[in-house]
Amino acid sequence: MTTYGRRTILRGIGASAIAATALRSLPAFAQDRKAVRIGYAISKTGANAAGAGITTTPNYLLWVKDVNDAGGIKLSKLGVQLPIEVTEYDDRSSAEETVRAIERLATQDKVDFILPTWGTGPNLASGPSFDKFGYPQLAATAVTDMAPQVAQRWKKSFWLLGGGHDYANALVQLLVKQRDAGKINNKVAIISVADGFGIDLSKAATPAFKDAGFELVYDKSYPLDTSDFAPLLNEIAGLGADTFAAFSYPPDTFAITQQAVVANFNPKVFYLGVGTAFPVYPKIAGPNHNNVMGIGGIDPDSPDIEAYFKRHTELIGEAPDSWASAVTYSSLQILHQAIERVGDIDRDAVASEISTGEFDTILGKLKLKDNQLWSLWTVGQWQDGKFVGLSHTEREGAREPIVPKPNWTAA
Amino acid sequence: MTARNLSLGLLGLVVLALLAAAPFYAGPYPLGLLIGILSYGVLATAWAMFSGPTRYVSLATVAFFGVGAYTVAVLGDVLPYPLILVVAAIIGALLAILVGLATLRLAGVYFVVFTFGLTELVRQLVTYYEVNVTKTLGRYVFLPLGPEHIFWQLLALGGATLVLAWWVRRSRIGLALRVIGDDPVAASHLGIDITRTKLVLFAASAVIMTLAGAIQAPRWTYIEPSIVFNPTVSFLTVIMALLGGPNRLVGPLLGAIPLFLLFEWLSANFPNHYSIILGLLFIAIVFLLPNGVLAFGEGLLNRLRGLTREVAR
Repeated sequence: MTTYGRRTILRGIGASAIAATALRSLPAFAQDRKAVRIGYAISKTGANAAGAGITTTPNYLLWVKDVNDAGGIKLSKLGVQLPIEVTEYDDRSSAEETVRAIERLATQDKVDFILPTWGTGPNLASGPSFDKFGYPQLAATAVTDMAPQVAQRWKKSFWLLGGGHDYANALVQLLVKQRDAGKINNKVAIISVADGFGIDLSKAATPAFKDAGFELVYDKSYPLDTSDFAPLLNEIAGLGADTFAAFSYPPDTFAITQQAVVANFNPKVFYLGVGTAFPVYPKIAGPNHNNVMGIGGIDPDSPDIEAYFKRHTELIGEAPDSWASAVTYSSLQILHQAIERVGDIDRDAVASEISTGEFDTILGKLKLKDNQLWSLWTVGQWQDGKFVGLSHTEREGAREPIVPKPNWTAA
Repeated sequence: MTARNLSLGLLGLVVLALLAAAPFYAGPYPLGLLIGILSYGVLATAWAMFSGPTRYVSLATVAFFGVGAYTVAVLGDVLPYPLILVVAAIIGALLAILVGLATLRLAGVYFVVFTFGLTELVRQLVTYYEVNVTKTLGRYVFLPLGPEHIFWQLLALGGATLVLAWWVRRSRIGLALRVIGDDPVAASHLGIDITRTKLVLFAASAVIMTLAGAIQAPRWTYIEPSIVFNPTVSFLTVIMALLGGPNRLVGPLLGAIPLFLLFEWLSANFPNHYSIILGLLFIAIVFLLPNGVLAFGEGLLNRLRGLTREVAR
């Protein structure tokens, strides 16, 4: 036990040298490439798994299938059309895992492109890693008012879902019209989830409502994972506000709906946050989903969107959500077209094409400005089984809002 | 004994030196792996330092870890970096003493539940403050620290933790702690100040956890409560320490290395069945290695020795 012979030490050094070599990455084979290699780490387990499973993963699967069914991605400079090959990891909803998965995809697997994970926080947390290895980051599920600054900092990052201000301001403008038309009164009640999304939106909405001359009779946050909203709703019901807005997260969004029905709390405008646009919402709310407003929306008259919904339902067994799903799919179309225009796996050129080019997507023609997408549906409403867009940052709303919402019917 | 200790110490130094040079030959991904392993190694060793001898299963690891990360996020632009680490350590110690005074009289499952609740409490308090006072939830840490800097700091922290754990094991306080773990009534009859002893160790282990969180904060750039107060960290720490054997000096470290690599391998190769396989593995570990890897290895070694002796005869 006490002596270490020279041989043992030499052997040890040799073994660690071998280990060090083995740890190094495998050589890449750029010449005889047989596929365009796409990698992503997505939350398959943990807190983010639900959101990722609805909005992000299905669109990655659908896009890969759509592209491969059509023969693959054309690389004109190499004179080939290659299918997509996917490397996927589970980031277990942890920022540290996301960072390491990107390091692994970039340096071990040497994939050609990396698709982002789901959510605002995780996308912000993985920004430096995408930047360090020079991969474009098409963040389609991050809502952040920091987008202009981070896009400056990480030149190849693209922020496609707007910031809290966009959604809050759009809602206020829409309600100003309704008030001026005499359909709702001047009083507004807001609740918001004490998490990134709720804080961002209420921070933007509170001054916007006040500036527009609304009276905020209630404006409070509730903790994440709250499940009992009855006391909150009862308190608000007695305040006489025609407008109720909850900047909520998926489980709360459903709970608030159900408890509002039970309490027979019937404001003329009933607006909820993330989750309202999920395909599962009409199933949860039953007939009461009609004319509920929420964040997001789609163009109900677009044949592209209709075809996309059909393809999505066929592959996944469920319709996409009517907010970030179409944006996510469009971000992949943007990536695809940018690669084909460059004609090679040249990430610098592809990134600059993404930031300057115009692309044909299921959302129509899209062009980014300052690495951000400004053409977004901001307020939607369930009308005849579709979550139709009422407000858009660039074009006129497709449909008129239906106000007041009819009273709840007991299930 | 001294010769053995000396050679073990020398071996430790050689390993430390080899590891310290890792950023020069390892690529970004292996370095990321090493950071992860070190992080859990430090957490598990710190956890075992208190929970091993006392048998108090603490699930508050991530509460301290997260407080450390938040300290860096809050003070990142205000103070020079080394000073931030000092402040983080002080906050961690104060929090541990506060919590310890309130709870170390609890025993068994009550302590487990309390420490788990503590994590939630701290997370909700941070969230409440951010929501109502600063009106932003996420914070950015833009410090000029690369993975290699984080790695070196963690390595230093890991070395210090091992030395401290080694010292505790052979000092009076370590002995007192073991007596308390075996029989608290006998311990108090022997004149051991139970609460003070537990408190000191709890605080020391908490400071290390806080520093582990503080050191890693710059790696994520963006910090919010759900990112840094992730309860999984607490659970993994406990599992790693138990696998390696919480009553041995390098046990937790030897538990952290294989488990961490296993998680990595599973999430890379079986992203869709990760949880199922993990659950099965845990059951297998509990059945096959109830006393930890080290105890199992020693048992195996003893049996082999007995075998060779018999063969020699």
